Amino acid sequence: MKNISVTLRVWRQAGPGQPGRFVDYPARDLNPAMSFLEMLDVVNDELTLKGEEPIAFAHDCREGICGTCSLVINGKPHGPRQGVASCQTYVRSFEDGQVITVEPYRLRPFPVVKDLVTDRSAFDKIQQAGGFITVRAGSAPNANAIPVPKDDAELAMDAAQCIGCGACAAACKNASAMLFVAARVSHLGLMPQGQAERDRRVLAMVQTADGLGFGSCTNQYECSAACPKLISHDFIARLNRDFIKASFKAAFRSEPNRVVGD
Amino acid sequence: MTFLQHIFCTTIGRKFLMAVTGIVLIGFVVAHLVGNLQVFESPDRLNGYAHFLSSLGPVLWIERAGLLLCTVIHIWAAVVLTLESRRARGEQHDRTWIQATLASRYMRSTGFVVLAFIVYHLAQFTLGAAQAATYKENLPRYTMAGDYHVLGLTAVREGTVVPDVYSMVILGFQNTAVAVFYIVAVGLLALHLLHGAESLFQTLGWRNRRWSRGLRAVVTIACAAYFIGNLAIPGAVIAGILNPLPAAAASLRK
Amino acid sequence: MAQLDSRIPPGPLADKWRNHLASMRLVNPANKRKYEVIVVGAGLAGASAAATLAELGYRVKSFVFHDSPRRAHSIAAQGGINAAKNFQNDGDSVHRLFYDTVKGGDYRSREANVQQLAEVSVNIIDQCVALGVPFAREYGGLLANRSFGGAQVSRTFYARGQTGQQLLLGAYSSLSRMIGSGGVQLFTQSEMLDLVVVDGHAKGIIVRDLVTGAITRHAADAVILATGGYGNVFNLSTYARGSNATAIWRAYRRGACFANPCYTQIHPTCIPVTGDYQSKLTLMSESLRNDGRIWVPKKAEDRRKAPGSIPEADRDYYLERMYPAFGNLCPRDIASRAAKRVCDEGRGVGESGLGVYLDFAEAIGRLGENAVRERYGNLFDIYHEITNENAYHVPMRIFPAVHYTMGGLWVDYNLMSNVPGLFVLGEANFSDHGANRLGASALMQGLADGYFVIPNTIGDYLAGQKPSARPSTDSAEFRQAEDNVRGITSRLLGIKGREPVSHFHKRLGHILWQYCGMARNKAGLEKALQEIPALREEFWSNVLVPGSGDTLNQSLERAGRVADFLELGELLCRDALVREESCGGHFREEHEYPDGEGKRDDVNMAHVAAWEFQGDGKVPLRNVEPLAYEFVKMSVRNYK
Ligand SMILES: Cc1cc2nc3c(=O)[nH]c(=O)nc-3n(C[C@H](O)[C@H](O)[C@H](O)COP(=O)(O)OP(=O)(O)OC[C@H]3O[C@@H](n4cnc5c(N)ncnc54)[C@H](O)[C@@H]3O)c2cc1C
Ligand code: HEM
Ligand code: FES
Repeated sequence: MKNISVTLRVWRQAGPGQPGRFVDYPARDLNPAMSFLEMLDVVNDELTLKGEEPIAFAHDCREGICGTCSLVINGKPHGPRQGVASCQTYVRSFEDGQVITVEPYRLRPFPVVKDLVTDRSAFDKIQQAGGFITVRAGSAPNANAIPVPKDDAELAMDAAQCIGCGACAAACKNASAMLFVAARVSHLGLMPQGQAERDRRVLAMVQTADGLGFGSCTNQYECSAACPKLISHDFIARLNRDFIKASFKAAFRSEPNRVVGD
Repeated sequence: MTFLQHIFCTTIGRKFLMAVTGIVLIGFVVAHLVGNLQVFESPDRLNGYAHFLSSLGPVLWIERAGLLLCTVIHIWAAVVLTLESRRARGEQHDRTWIQATLASRYMRSTGFVVLAFIVYHLAQFTLGAAQAATYKENLPRYTMAGDYHVLGLTAVREGTVVPDVYSMVILGFQNTAVAVFYIVAVGLLALHLLHGAESLFQTLGWRNRRWSRGLRAVVTIACAAYFIGNLAIPGAVIAGILNPLPAAAASLRK
Repeated sequence: MAQLDSRIPPGPLADKWRNHLASMRLVNPANKRKYEVIVVGAGLAGASAAATLAELGYRVKSFVFHDSPRRAHSIAAQGGINAAKNFQNDGDSVHRLFYDTVKGGDYRSREANVQQLAEVSVNIIDQCVALGVPFAREYGGLLANRSFGGAQVSRTFYARGQTGQQLLLGAYSSLSRMIGSGGVQLFTQSEMLDLVVVDGHAKGIIVRDLVTGAITRHAADAVILATGGYGNVFNLSTYARGSNATAIWRAYRRGACFANPCYTQIHPTCIPVTGDYQSKLTLMSESLRNDGRIWVPKKAEDRRKAPGSIPEADRDYYLERMYPAFGNLCPRDIASRAAKRVCDEGRGVGESGLGVYLDFAEAIGRLGENAVRERYGNLFDIYHEITNENAYHVPMRIFPAVHYTMGGLWVDYNLMSNVPGLFVLGEANFSDHGANRLGASALMQGLADGYFVIPNTIGDYLAGQKPSARPSTDSAEFRQAEDNVRGITSRLLGIKGREPVSHFHKRLGHILWQYCGMARNKAGLEKALQEIPALREEFWSNVLVPGSGDTLNQSLERAGRVADFLELGELLCRDALVREESCGGHFREEHEYPDGEGKRDDVNMAHVAAWEFQGDGKVPLRNVEPLAYEFVKMSVRNYK
């Protein structure tokens, strides 16, 4: 394949809450085997040498597992290919002479920090609300004490693959965090170890996501289509069911006797 | 949080409400269509059916109140969720759809046209506020030519004098503009349901990829059937297959 | 001269850890909340430590430079985690795991620490399963195992090819729970840039907020570093781009000894470099070597030909030729060096000439394409994603890449460095892997350190510290450290030279890869020891760091890290030069058997080299901790 040249139309924004704008940058003579992020590296070195500020973008592992990279390329989170992260997008997916827009995620709960970098700490807060099984180190029973049917473990693993990149919420026209929440709730809800806190978990995580300002789900499944791990929206159905069940159970179960003042 | 808060104040709870009210509304529109299709059988059937419904008294009012409540909740949830989601999204520059279906992208628009239609529909056939000339109360009465049965029981006896709903419907649709609006509206309703009827399975947690294709096929066929069924009535009127009763037609000419 | 007291408990090997647990001092439960502990890093080691210490009741502050603890580099580990569970009934035991690890480390690790690791490995799996880690299972619902290099039992637990991710998410979930309940205070995008030592004890850190540029002081009763490995000193590696040595390096500059920096692991099966722009090397699982055959053309002039057009007779299956018993499955260091050798001979393939074929044609012929797809489909997909080549039809090209660093800050049996109050966990310390790490042992070590060792050993230190004696952040030491950090930042921004940071990093990488990579020799190392200081000097006079210090400035972040790498790189070469032997990942060309296997010198070199900072421009001091092998007998590794 021959080397190509493209124009990058990049969102530049100096800081949180500041006005931003698109700026065009030429990227010339690119080896098709180069990754999209490596192309940005090269453009950044050129900018640096010209005395301009390089484009800030988030990245770390560059192999699609850490969930740091988060570009919206031509309107789609993580670019044109399905089932890959921005860092696994290669120059060969583009054509010579193409104008490529590169934007940050745009949703209220993920405010822009600078240029293409957004603040996704909202996802951490959702996890803190209930995305765990309470086990103190040292108190765990023997690992093989509870068998887990293979298919349940595999399905849980399908959900657990989530890399927390936020593409689902970015792709959703409602900025909903449903796929993210669903993946975590389903993963833990499918494991026998996760049953004790199952209801409490789903209620807390959904309410926290709502409170952080994520939107609701309209079942259009843009999330799973944008997900670099192609996590299925079946898990959203599971989340809905778990939430509704937990709401009904919470309404009808009898309350344990609590010590006054507890 | 209490149960009501879970259901009314969370995104999933509100979607749950939309799905449940959606099911009720689907039940209604389907039953309504089946009832209306009796127009093709005979004036006796449709008029008997209409009279039977209106004779239900309190039951009818409970049903209407229920439907109204469902509609209100459905629309309230739709509006609130939409506004919240808009706020969540903020500005967006270069957005593309990846794979969402056409029907799903226009739920709000189709919903609102359907709402406008429902209002007009009620005004036309239930309240007589629109097209008053052809309103059933303004047409000559109809005398039942035979018994009308519901579940094998006689609901309306032969010889009962009832409003001529049959002619009202046909006369109403002889106005081409009204017929076209109706067709467009039910078309959009069918589109609304093309997404809605599938979506509700997801909302209630009953969908997964094992049989999602089957579900989609069934919903598509059902929506098409629903649309064709609804199309048939104004279509037959415009095509001249269905005509008002002579008495009604004559009263209008006067 | 640093005091290196390894604090190995007395008694028979198997009882050391248990006896030690019973004899350490304790902190009363009600007193625990009076102690503050700083944990830098939230990879497997840091997240498990922070969560567990908070569960115990300590007040914990957790710092990461990432935007979330879940992004730590541990997330990228693929293959699995070892534990001596013996669920396979194949003769595994704590002792066997201990022995395999010591042998795998080429007899350069500390026996007692390895035994401690092997013993707690058993609890790790219990803990992770309870946390909901979806490990692979058999149809009966019980845990599955796979086997890994360097062991004759199946003791590796795994979650598809994402074991590190799942283990980290487990630890992260516990950490999240403790953050939610207030036990841990989390500081993301906060980079530790200095250690504060008061009266000889580590009592705090200086942190820069990477988003706002704010520089803050944090005091504590103890400081834990779990900041990962330093492989990015080579620029190109399988590490995440952000992985760096800054935390341990600045601690080193404050007096913590740096042990065995030259022990680096180079993984044989990575995707080769395609161009100068390359930022990262991707690991292809070692398992591919089970069915793939490695070869290069016999004649250098064939190297640009299409592989399919080269007849069998003109191919050199060099591993099968040189190591007939193990063939393509010989250990990592041996396979890596052999690949380097054939490429040095000009027979390497691909654009750059730095690659060898990993060919599945024979396996496809034997098993059928479908069977190969079933076994390795996802790896073939990754390969296709990156190279746009279909490995079912053309052989893969692979080349070795830097993958892990066994060296790190020196720690004793309690994981405390020679600076009291400074603990070092995970890949950042040097303790368990000697000169070579076996596959699936790093995850084990990180979680062992965090869940089970530090929660016990830190109490022993804290019991001797009065919480009321915690220094104020207004003290002179804190002020001096903050000034130091501010000084570095403003110096970097002030140079305004003509070369971007990335160029210096690349150049350093080239020097190290060339002279201190898979094979090292005296002349090369001496050359590197001249070139690196020169490069460092050039860096400090000609680096161009755009932007300012009070917003997100990724160039500035990288500049600080590269500045440290430029110092660490020199230490690496110095250590490699002094270590006149070949052991594990450290291969000195002067010390090899005629068959190419490395030659250890157990008489003169059976020790840990712990380097002590003496000031800028001064040669660091090489302290020595002798390795006394009481329980295993040192022998020559043989894989023929
Ligand atoms: C591709 C790949 C595959 C691997 N596969 C395996 C495998 O299958 N099995 C196995 O056992 N091992 C494997 N390893 C090795 C293993 O993953 C690592 O050794 C281990 O995860 C290191 O964990 P850690 O907790 O020590 O550090 P890390 O996970 O690297 O965490 C470092 C933490 O420190 C923080 N940090 C660093 N510096 C600072 C600073 N200055 N200020 C604030 N915070 C800081 C970071 O934010 C991060 O949270 C693999 C490694 C690689 C590269
Ligand atoms: C006869 C009338 C109607 C019927 C039968 C009906 C039915 C449905 C159904 C079944 C759903 C799916 C719920 C779910 O996804 O769980 C739905 C969704 C929706 N309806 Fe209606 N609806 C009707 C009228 C309206 C009206 C008048 C509006 C006007 C605002 C409206 C707006 C919406 C919206 C916005 C959705 C959300 C789509 C989504 O979230 O995916 N609907 N409707
Ligand atoms: S940089 Fe880690 S997923 Fe892309």
